[in-house]
Amino acid sequence: MINLSDYVTAIKGINCTSALSLEGVKITGAYVCDMLSDVMGSAKPGQVWITIMKHLNIIAVASMTGIPAIIFAKGNEPDTAVIEKAIEEGIILISSKLPTFELAGKLYKLLNP
Amino acid sequence: MQDFVAAKFEMAEYWHINSGLEERVKEFLAKKIEPDVVLQIDIPEKDFNIAGRGSSELKNLLKRLGVDSDILRRIAVASYEAEINVAAHSIGGKMISNVYDDLIYMQFIDNGPGISDIEQAMIPGYSTADDLVREFGFGAGLGLPNIKKNSDALHIESALGSPTLVEIIIFFLK
Ligand SMILES: Nc1ncnc2c1ncn2[C@@H]1O[C@H](COP(=O)(O)OP(=O)(O)OP(=O)(O)O)[C@@H](O)[C@H]1O
Ligand SMILES: [Mg+2]
Repeated sequence: MINLSDYVTAIKGINCTSALSLEGVKITGAYVCDMLSDVMGSAKPGQVWITIMKHLNIIAVASMTGIPAIIFAKGNEPDTAVIEKAIEEGIILISSKLPTFELAGKLYKLLNP
Repeated sequence: MQDFVAAKFEMAEYWHINSGLEERVKEFLAKKIEPDVVLQIDIPEKDFNIAGRGSSELKNLLKRLGVDSDILRRIAVASYEAEINVAAHSIGGKMISNVYDDLIYMQFIDNGPGISDIEQAMIPGYSTADDLVREFGFGAGLGLPNIKKNSDALHIESALGSPTLVEIIIFFLK
């Protein structure tokens, strides 16, 4: 388990949900997928979700699944409606310029130094 | 439950009940007790901003009622998948959540066009989702398998050209 904030620093991520603090949020791993049902079926609570999907439904999926943060790859940024919903549900949204492979790789390294 | 059987259609049926719970499920369905709370919400066709609201509302209610978080997660995933299916694959319908002190009994009733082969629809990876639905990240063909995995009882009734009924029971305590 590592601090979400350490991971966000490692991927030069931007917190799109600045109303939500990264302080004290621990993560156990990640699930990497763009198909929502696969995420709901296989992601574990406490894992971040690395994806390029950014429409409103991802917030519901994260909330139902117990995902604390969504990491958007390749500089994807969600729009205001999605950010507002995320804040309401307490889901942290992070945008990073890195591609999915590197986002997963960097987290794997942090978790398995 | 038989109330929903539309006799004029040749409806196919699918049942999955977690082993050991058959008697409990049968007893519940036979008793036809009035629920403590009923939530009902319309699910319009292909509106993925609205689809999911019923599940979200239900989740908030059950959280307030103090339902255990693992059970809550199972209910949330099953109800969300079933709600999205109505929006994605039917011309619209409704979700009725019947809350009891020891279980939730959810019913998803749409206006067709129905499922031609329910066993096939249950196979992980099987999907007829169109391009719009896929654009939203649905269409992996894992929704029904997810519902099965998270439910104590799942009942589906449908046929091509008919409405689809999906019923889910999840107990609050093991
Ligand atoms: N309410 C419904 N009305 C008509 N067909 C349905 C309904 N629900 C499911 N189906 C059929 O069953 C198939 C499998 O459903 P399932 O939920 O497993 O996958 P999906 O919805 O296609 O993709 P996913 O759920 O992974 O996003 C659907 O593609 C569709 O053909
Ligand atoms: Mg589905």
